[in-house]
Amino acid sequence: MVDAGAPLPRSAGSVTFSRFSDILWRRPSLLLLMLIMPPMLWLGIVYLGSLFALLAQSFFSIDEFTGLVQREFTLKTYAELFRASNFDILLRTIVMAGTVTVAAAIVAFPIAYFAARYARGRWKAVFYLGVMLPLWSSYLVRVYSWKLILAKEGILNWVFETLRLTWLLEAYLSIPGIGGNSLSVSWTGTFLVFLYVWLPFMILPVQAALERVPPSMLEASGDLGARPGQTLRHVILPLALPGIIAGSIFTFSLTMGDYIIPQIVGTSARMIGQAVYQFQGTAGNIPLAAAFAVVPVVVMGIYLALAKRAGAFDAL
Amino acid sequence: MTKTAIKFTGVSRHFESVRAVDDVELEIEEGEFFSLLGPSGSGKTTCLRLIAGFDQPTSGTVEIFGVDATDTPPYRRPVNTVFQDYALFPHLNVRENVAYGPMVRGDAKPERRRAADEALALVALGGYGDRRPSELSGGQRQRVALARALVMQPKVLLLDEPLGALDRKLREQMQGELKTLQRRLGIAFVFVTHDQAEALSMSDRVAVFNQGRIQQVGTPEEIYDRPQMPFVADFVGSSNVLPPEMVERLTGRSAPASLRPESIRIGSGRVSGVVVRKSFLGSATRIGVACEGAMLDVLLPKGSEVPATGAKVSLAWEADALHVMSGGDHG
Repeated sequence: MVDAGAPLPRSAGSVTFSRFSDILWRRPSLLLLMLIMPPMLWLGIVYLGSLFALLAQSFFSIDEFTGLVQREFTLKTYAELFRASNFDILLRTIVMAGTVTVAAAIVAFPIAYFAARYARGRWKAVFYLGVMLPLWSSYLVRVYSWKLILAKEGILNWVFETLRLTWLLEAYLSIPGIGGNSLSVSWTGTFLVFLYVWLPFMILPVQAALERVPPSMLEASGDLGARPGQTLRHVILPLALPGIIAGSIFTFSLTMGDYIIPQIVGTSARMIGQAVYQFQGTAGNIPLAAAFAVVPVVVMGIYLALAKRAGAFDAL
Repeated sequence: MTKTAIKFTGVSRHFESVRAVDDVELEIEEGEFFSLLGPSGSGKTTCLRLIAGFDQPTSGTVEIFGVDATDTPPYRRPVNTVFQDYALFPHLNVRENVAYGPMVRGDAKPERRRAADEALALVALGGYGDRRPSELSGGQRQRVALARALVMQPKVLLLDEPLGALDRKLREQMQGELKTLQRRLGIAFVFVTHDQAEALSMSDRVAVFNQGRIQQVGTPEEIYDRPQMPFVADFVGSSNVLPPEMVERLTGRSAPASLRPESIRIGSGRVSGVVVRKSFLGSATRIGVACEGAMLDVLLPKGSEVPATGAKVSLAWEADALHVMSGGDHG
């Protein structure tokens, strides 16, 4: 029998440490605070802080004679965004990001659907490897290899030639806007490389969303008289939508912010990322660079608000 | 003369080497409450899925109202299912869930809204149409699933362990309601369950499954009082199965026999043994008596004298309580 007054036995180890454990055990909120404090500081100060610093910069302007930043509140810099040459950059980037996102969703859906519904065991491993493997190699290497694929002497031209379809490629390249001298210096080329590079970021969330749909849900739809096409439209797509939205956040914002791909593959027309890079580097116009950088944030905000209003997150 | 609603002819469903359903013959009449009873993995749910069309038999034919439906997809079959996990659509509210069938059929919006509200009223959920399934309790979801299937006015309703996830009190209440509903609608219910008490209390007829085969089909009374297989005797009401040697000494016939625990009393009988275990059940006490190499469970009603563990007792029963089984031991 243990004497009622005697303390319960402590486990071996330092008394201070075990006291400390006891305190944490009695106050779980303290433990939680200790766990989340460092990441919160990181997120709050380093991450969001720099974002707000950027936002603040965009409300300053640059003195055109001295080239110095004037630290006074003004909307002049934002007005500059609407100058034809700058506005073109915005429009071009948003259209590109939108097209890449839609195409990525269309290409990713069947792959994700197969992986979620049919792939088991070994096939599932093959799927993950196939989707992730490209991400293991350098982004630059992949972009340059696409440059070679799309070049005039590249493998794609060779394929068209072998199939005696060069005329088709030529006809396509002669379309103004999306065509060019060769695919590697056309908008189509930029689009293809974006699509390739960001595709995994669409496949994985869509696959995760589809994975959560129990098979009985699809059976219930069929049981109630829905043909497979109707089940796809009324059950599978709405339930996959949060995944598609999550994926589109990646593809859309990554495309909007990227400045390397359009530099290597495509025309000389710039995108937002390149504009930010040049204004803050070469031109030293930090306020305008900041204003450009705010655009993707605003566009994403509007996009998500619309998606929420359309009920895209109802299934969550 | 009642018509046959569902007919299985030599139906087997094999998953590679596993015989989930093995050469099953089955006829379910129109308007009856028919239960598929068996332990998990006995093939009862697979049979239900074969009726619904979610699965195709490896061999044999499934007829629905006299028409061969073996290769008919689920969306063309005149049957509807209540799923074990309810399978309500999380992105739709309760009314839209119930109106899903009429919606894909192409009914006009006011029409399907009315049909959905009627079906919800039928399951006592009127006024819940605008809620989300996630806002409902398990019992309420169960009712929504029921309404969603009934709104299609099926001639046969398939229920896959629909009460499995409910607590006991709610389950008993739902059992009564389901039975009443079935009587009122006059349609056939095919009810999958592993709970023998549930099957016995609700059904017009019961099919007992084991290892992909039907062991016995009959009314609850037949199944309970005259089991044809040792498995049925043991699974339905955990009857004692007497070994053939003991039965031979008692009756002269060498075959296993079933003897209900509640039919045995302590008194001067032809079998005696030692009490080895005892458990209090509330309304009765169950004792285990080891005698002649067999273990017999005896149910003593409340108020009767309970012998101590280790005591030597003699067991007696009415002559007709011992039911010698005709079927061989497949279990």
